[in-house]
Amino acid sequence: MQVPAPFEYDRASSVEEAVALLERHGAEARPIAGGHSLLPMMKLRLARPERLVDLNDLTDLSYVRAEGEWIALGAMTRHAELAASDLLARHYKVFQDAERVIADPVVRNRGTVGGSLCQGDPAEDLCAVVAALGGQVVLRSSGGGRVVAARDFYLGPYETVVAPAELVTEVRIPIRPGSGSAYEKVERRPGDWAIAAVGCFVTLAEGSVADCGIGLAAVGANGYCAPQAEAQLRGQPATEESFRSAAEAAAASCRPQSDQRGPADYKRDLVRELTQRALRRAAARAMAGGA
Amino acid sequence: MQVSMSVNGERVNREVEPRILLVHFLRDELNLTGTHWGCDTSNCGTCVVWMDGVPVKSCTVLAAMASGREIRTVESLEQGTQLDPVQEGFMREHGLQCGFCTPGMMMTARWLLDHNPDPSEAEIREAISGQICRCTGYENIVRAVRWAAAHPATQEVGS
Ligand SMILES: Cc1cc2nc3c(=O)[nH]c(=O)nc-3n(C[C@H](O)[C@H](O)[C@H](O)COP(=O)(O)OP(=O)(O)OC[C@H]3O[C@@H](n4cnc5c(N)ncnc54)[C@H](O)[C@@H]3O)c2cc1C
Ligand code: FES
Ligand code: FES
Repeated sequence: MQVPAPFEYDRASSVEEAVALLERHGAEARPIAGGHSLLPMMKLRLARPERLVDLNDLTDLSYVRAEGEWIALGAMTRHAELAASDLLARHYKVFQDAERVIADPVVRNRGTVGGSLCQGDPAEDLCAVVAALGGQVVLRSSGGGRVVAARDFYLGPYETVVAPAELVTEVRIPIRPGSGSAYEKVERRPGDWAIAAVGCFVTLAEGSVADCGIGLAAVGANGYCAPQAEAQLRGQPATEESFRSAAEAAAASCRPQSDQRGPADYKRDLVRELTQRALRRAAARAMAGGA
Repeated sequence: MQVSMSVNGERVNREVEPRILLVHFLRDELNLTGTHWGCDTSNCGTCVVWMDGVPVKSCTVLAAMASGREIRTVESLEQGTQLDPVQEGFMREHGLQCGFCTPGMMMTARWLLDHNPDPSEAEIREAISGQICRCTGYENIVRAVRWAAAHPATQEVGS
């Protein structure tokens, strides 16, 4: 029977209370959201917090809404809610694409967007999506708030800039009218973590790529993104040839590792192919009016 | 710590260690052994119960996190002498062999039918895609859910 080591449990009823509890108990306390990454790690003793601060009563952190030029996702919004959001579907189909292949429907009822970003598993799909879209992460501590670009949020695998007594409260995505987006993932079986995955958006102007973002999961890309490939694609005509060059650049820039999910070369090939597919699909969506 | 929750409509209060998982709380504290416990890693889905009306894998929820919530387990499907159509469907269509995966399958199926009374085969397969059956090859599970969709009224046991 896998059971975590002993710990104390608190349930926060507000963001302020959660932050205060985390601050009072120091680095040995951890927030718990959906618990679908943290509890498995605690069972395996890969994580051993002495105290959990349960965020599940913070229902005011569960929302998807448009705020001016941004779409705001509350940190406690579940995968299933992202998948079902009409607002997201109208602006960024990449979320629906990704949510269809993140874990399984029952896990998606629990896992949250805040937990996904904070977990920062190298194969975390939403990290690649939010990086591709140039999102921002809103953090709160007793000293106030700060906003960090998603691409600067990660220090390394499973490591983020979140301080011990700091909470992620929101993830923000800039609205780009008319843009198209897409997510492509290859996994060993339904519900599994990616062997490799690529998310992207493109904005077109007169047949050229005015702006784009490319996010990579599971292939060791710094900050889950491929800036060289993006730079290469911007300003180019939205053609197969341009997509192929960008895909080459993405494949060259990532650093996949050989493991039980496959050899590094195979993963690099996947990045090349999936980047092309994602760009193609995103461009088609942009041409059809966007999303 | 003290936990208090509604389980199948009944209020239960217990003193537990914070690290106790909901699946063990249900099975060992409440003797509700209908909920099965398999992989322990949120992969097999035999431990699925409803928490506040939503299917969750109870091996990956703390009993402490379920405190104050409403839990529904497979034991609640049967109403008196009436089987739920999902149970009847699993019986008639041989939706189980060893029965190990069955509680989780039935709880997910009941939820699916409550939200989508006439699901396609693809929708059924998607709904149970986080649940593993080593016996049936899934064909008869899909048929069982289809049977339940076609017979929404509960049946007398044995009728
Ligand atoms: C069987 C299975 C398959 C899965 N497959 C996939 C997959 O294919 N792709 C994928 O991307 N993911 C997958 N996941 C992971 C799933 O998406 C998780 O739910 C997610 O990674 C973490 O979200 P959570 O809310 O459960 O976080 P938790 O487990 O609660 O927390 C994760 C970490 O983040 C911290 N944290 C949580 N919320 C906050 C916050 N608001 N502020 C600060 N810190 C916070 C916690 O302290 C912890 O360190 C899978 C999980 C399982 C169990
Ligand atoms: S025991 Fe919970 S998913 Fe297998
Ligand atoms: S009936 Fe045996 S595992 Fe499904």
